[in-house]
Order: sequence, then structure tokens, then C-alpha cells
Amino acid sequence: MLMQKRIFRIESNEGVARDTFRLVLRTDGAVAVRSGQFVDIALPGFFLRRPISVSDCLSDGLVLYYKVVGEGTRAMSEMTPGTVLELLEPLGSGFHPEKCREAALLIGGGLGAAPLYLLAKELLAQGKKATAVLGFNKADEICLAEELRALGIPVHIATMDGSVGTKGFVTDAIAAVRPAFDRFYTCGPLPMMKAVCAALDAPGEVSLEERMGCGAGFCYGCSILTKNGPRRVCADGPVFDKEEVLW
Amino acid sequence: MVAEKNLAVSLCGLTMKNPVVPASGTFGFGIELADAMDLNTLGGISLKGTTREPRYGNPTPRIAECTAGMINSVGLQNPGIEALVADKAPALRSIYGGVIIANISGYSVEEYAFNCARADGCPAIDLLEVNVSCPNVHGGGMAFGTDPKSAAAVTAAVKAVTRKPVFIKLSPNVTDIVTIARACEDAGADGITLVNTFLGMRIDIRKRKPVIANTMGGFSGPAIFPVALRMVYQVAQACSIPVMGCGGVRRAEDVVEMMMAGATAVQVGAENLRNPMACPEIIAALPALMDSLGIDSLQEIIGII
Ligand SMILES: Cc1cc2nc3c(=O)[nH]c(=O)nc-3n(C[C@H](O)[C@H](O)[C@H](O)COP(=O)(O)OP(=O)(O)OC[C@H]3O[C@@H](n4cnc5c(N)ncnc54)[C@H](O)[C@@H]3O)c2cc1C
Ligand SMILES: Cc1cc2nc3c(=O)[nH]c(=O)nc-3n(C[C@H](O)[C@H](O)[C@H](O)COP(=O)(O)O)c2cc1C
Ligand code: FES
Repeated sequence: MLMQKRIFRIESNEGVARDTFRLVLRTDGAVAVRSGQFVDIALPGFFLRRPISVSDCLSDGLVLYYKVVGEGTRAMSEMTPGTVLELLEPLGSGFHPEKCREAALLIGGGLGAAPLYLLAKELLAQGKKATAVLGFNKADEICLAEELRALGIPVHIATMDGSVGTKGFVTDAIAAVRPAFDRFYTCGPLPMMKAVCAALDAPGEVSLEERMGCGAGFCYGCSILTKNGPRRVCADGPVFDKEEVLW
Repeated sequence: MVAEKNLAVSLCGLTMKNPVVPASGTFGFGIELADAMDLNTLGGISLKGTTREPRYGNPTPRIAECTAGMINSVGLQNPGIEALVADKAPALRSIYGGVIIANISGYSVEEYAFNCARADGCPAIDLLEVNVSCPNVHGGGMAFGTDPKSAAAVTAAVKAVTRKPVFIKLSPNVTDIVTIARACEDAGADGITLVNTFLGMRIDIRKRKPVIANTMGGFSGPAIFPVALRMVYQVAQACSIPVMGCGGVRRAEDVVEMMMAGATAVQVGAENLRNPMACPEIIAALPALMDSLGIDSLQEIIGII
């Protein structure tokens, strides 16, 4: 699918965990987004768009999860159903579920769990197995665990305060659960993904974040240096092979 | 139905089907956007600023949002002049019939001349825009554009190595833009592009550190429009070479306003980042706007103020 500017209408915008909202958007016509791709949302009153990962792709809509961290996401959290938003979509490269042979490990930190939901659906549709390990600071931040379980995949939780699941990091939970997998996919805070890549031998893909200008590959605002030279997070990523990333 | 309107302008002997040009650094090398729009609607395209050697540019974050604008500190990330002349410009030429503008940077007068000589030999390039105004590179760039003598030295050196029209792109971070523009005209410039970004800064008050990794960067967007317009007006009044107006343009009205102030062509920068379709949308809106203003040909309104 080519990038396009498109009008969506808010169907629902509800708090699902601490400072965390689930946004369901509908449009006219078919929507085709792959896991790991993102949308760039124009917010009235803000100069730049806000990049948000796609958590689920509906026939004529999108499900996004976002956390209120600043003024733009605060404004989003106050939007009511029926509000119209203009999006650029789809953007970015996305995960590669086809590269998994039999079983995948999905590792999310905080809202990094969001894109793993669509990835899990794609893996299952390809007849592959998946296990999810999700890390959060505290119990009140947990989201998407039930949704992933509803797909029929095992979900293990790690919390820093030990209030739910394994106490500690996702790497502690992985060590405790010892899931079988031939490929892993991770999205979350950089230190978490770095630790995951160091701990796991299997091939893996990581989803990176960077401040963005255009979000679509032509301003060079989001460049990172990789083993293969400069790469644009928005267009060459946000998903990269773990080997490519210079930590 | 809007009656047939003439959007074409003539710039140093080049005919542009309309005056709208995506500004350097805000449209890649054009090819990146070939799938998203019909590039051939654009009057011209100014390519990403190019240096002799490939450059990675500055550390990230390179982008900061501001009220009615943004700061960038890309720092001239580019694949180098050889890639421009051998690969990027020919690739764009193969799909695009409008005016292709190479935006040339450098760290010394010699480097500017070297890059322009290479660009001169590239048939895909129609016009050279020499950036003596980038605020994002140390030890070069803006220093040339803030002093009339060095701006003139760069102009003379590049004019000696090319027959293509040469525009000098000036920095607004100066006390007297007219003196610098006149120095470039006297040194042989065929035109002036005004303006590049304003040196700016943002601080993350929670983290207590600058938002931009390089502390400062170039501020642009709608907020700078009146200042850019004023400089276009002053330079158009003082010089007899054409001006390409740039700074804060986001809609057809701004294009007409820039032209009335004296611009022959008008560049759109940061607006492309928030709306990649900005240029085609502006061009599509021009005929109806011209109709409502009683304008038949854009060429007629250049510098009417
Ligand atoms: C590819 C990608 C996917 C993302 N997916 C999600 C997601 O699914 N859910 C979610 O909650 N967040 C996601 N983010 C982060 C999200 O874009 C930022 O949290 C959001 O832009 C913050 O906006 P603000 O106005 O509230 O914050 P402010 O700090 O007020 O924003 C100021 C500026 O900085 C930018 N910015 C601030 N934080 C970030 C950040 N972490 N990454 C990139 N730009 C930032 C903003 O876009 C804006 O231009 C994603 C980021 C990227 C790059
Ligand atoms: C992300 C970004 C990158 C830029 N890169 C260049 C560049 O390489 N060379 C140059 O001459 N100007 C560069 N500029 C400046 C623009 O071409 C333009 O002069 C300036 O942004 C003012 O216009 P605006 O207000 O429409 O953005 C850049 C601007 C932005 C926003
Ligand atoms: S944000 Fe513009 S190239 Fe990535």
C-alpha cells in the first residue's frame, strides 16, 4: 500500500490502563496495514504529526494504543467519538512474520505491546505459534494481555514491583518461562530491547522510535547509524534486524 | 469553472509551469515522493543540500516542534556530490520534466566551486542554489552567508565554473540582508533565494536539557513568514536579479503574497513535513484564488508592491 493522507472518524477513545488510551478509528473504504507499521496523526493546533503504531487493522479501521506523555497525546485523550482526524498511513516497513519458521516470541515493554497484537494475528494466520512476554512497571499499566490471550496465545507478565507475574524485567520472565521459539520480535524502551537482544541467541527484530519530521522518508530528521550505514527510522524502519542496530 | 489562468513564470530563461518549488531538505531528492504524488505538477524541485563528501549529519533528536513551526538540526545529511550528479539528479530527471535545482553546500570556497563544477557537468540539473546559510554545520555553512565579502567570494568562485544559473541562498540571521544580497549580485549571482532557517532552540523543561541534541537548530514554518516576506521585499527592491521567496509558506495565498513582495518563484519548506501533499494542493488552489483576486497571470504580480 502506498502512503496516503486519509480522513478517519473516532469511534471510541477510552482509558484502558494508567494514562493509556485505546483509540478506534474508522474510515470510508478498505484499510491495509501490516504489523509494525505506523500512522502519523495530524492534531489541530500542533505543527507536527504524532507517530503511533498500529495495534490492529480492521477492514475499514484501525486500533491504536497511546500513552499520555505530553501536550499532543493529552489533547488526543480529550477527543470524543465522532471527531475527525487526518492520518498519513501506512508508514514504515513493519515486522516480518514470514521469516518465523514455527514459533515466535513476542516481547513488549509498556505500550510496546501494541504492535505485537497485529503481529500475533498475522503469525497465527500463517499457522505459526506465538508466545508473548510483556513487561510493565506496575499492575495498573498492564494492557493488551487479555486481548493477546483471547487470540489463544500464552501471555507472561513481568512487573518491576512484582505485583503481577514475574518480578523484574522481561528477560527475567523469559528465563523463568523458557518458551520455545525460532525468532523473536520486540518493541519497547531501548534499554529493554538491548537487554533482550543480548540475552537471546535467536534471530530477532526490534522496533525503534525516533523524533520525526515528515514520518515518510524525505526529511532525514529521524536518521540513525546502523551497521549498514545511515537509516531512516520512519521509512527504512521502524523495524530493524537486531544485527543491524548499533546499541 | 475558473477561467484559464496562467501560472507560468520565467526564471533566468527557464520557464516554470508554476512558481511553486519544494524547498531544499524538505523533499529529499524528489524520487522519495514519486509514488505519493504526480511530481510533474510541481514548477521546480530543490534537492537536499549536498556537500563534496557524504555526510551523516547531526546526532538525534534532530527535530523539535514549536508553535507554528519547527526546529531542524539535520546537519546536511547527504550522499555527497558524486551521488547527486551520477545517481539522484538523473533518477529524478527520468521521471520529472520541471526545473531541477541542485542545492550546494561546502566548507570552503574551493569546496563550493568543486561541487558546482561537478553539478555543472550534470545535464539533469537546471539551476544551482548555493547554500551559504545552513545554521547546522560548524566551521562553514552560515559563516559564508553572514559576511558580504565571503558571500561574494563564494559567488564569484562558483560563477567561474558553471554556465547554469546560480542562485545564492541567504541566511536571515543577519543585521542587513540587503548588503549581502547586493554583494552577491555584484559578484555575478543570477538570483537570490531568501530565506534559510532562523537559529533557534527549545528546552525540555522536565528533563532540563535542550530538545535538539546539538542544542540549537534552524527554526522555520508559518511563524517566520512575515520576516521572510519582509526580506524578500527589501532584496527585491534593492537588487535587479530575481528572488526565490521561502519561509513559512503554507497555502496559495502565501505564494501570491510572496510574489507581490517581489518573488519570481516561491519555495515551500517545513509545510511539506506536516503535509507531504502541500505543494500539489497549493498549486491546485492557485487558479481559483487568482480568479477571486482578478489575476490572470502570476508573472504580472511579481513585485507589484
Ligand atoms: C514509529 C513510532 C511509533 C510509536 N508508536 C506509539 C504507540 O503506539 N503508542 C504511543 O503511546 N506512542 C507511540 N510512539 C511515541 C509517540 O509518537 C509519542 O509519545 C508522541 O508523539 C508524544 O507526543 P506529545 O505531544 O504527547 O509529547 P510532546 O513531548 O509534547 O511532543 C513534542 C514533540 O516530540 C515528539 N515526540 C515526543 N516523544 C516522542 C517519542 N517517544 N517518539 C517520537 N516522537 C516523540 C512529538 O511527536 C512532538 O513532535 C511512537 C513513536 C514512533 C516514532
Ligand atoms: C528538515 C529541513 C531540512 C533542511 N535542509 C536544508 C538544506 O539541506 N539546504 C538548504 O539550503 N536549506 C535547508 N532547509 C531550509 C529550507 O529549505 C527553507 O529555506 C527553510 O526551512 C525556510 O522555509 P520554511 O519556513 O518553509 O520551512 C531545511 C529545512 C528543513 C525544515
Ligand atoms: S521523519 Fe523525515 S525522513 Fe524520517
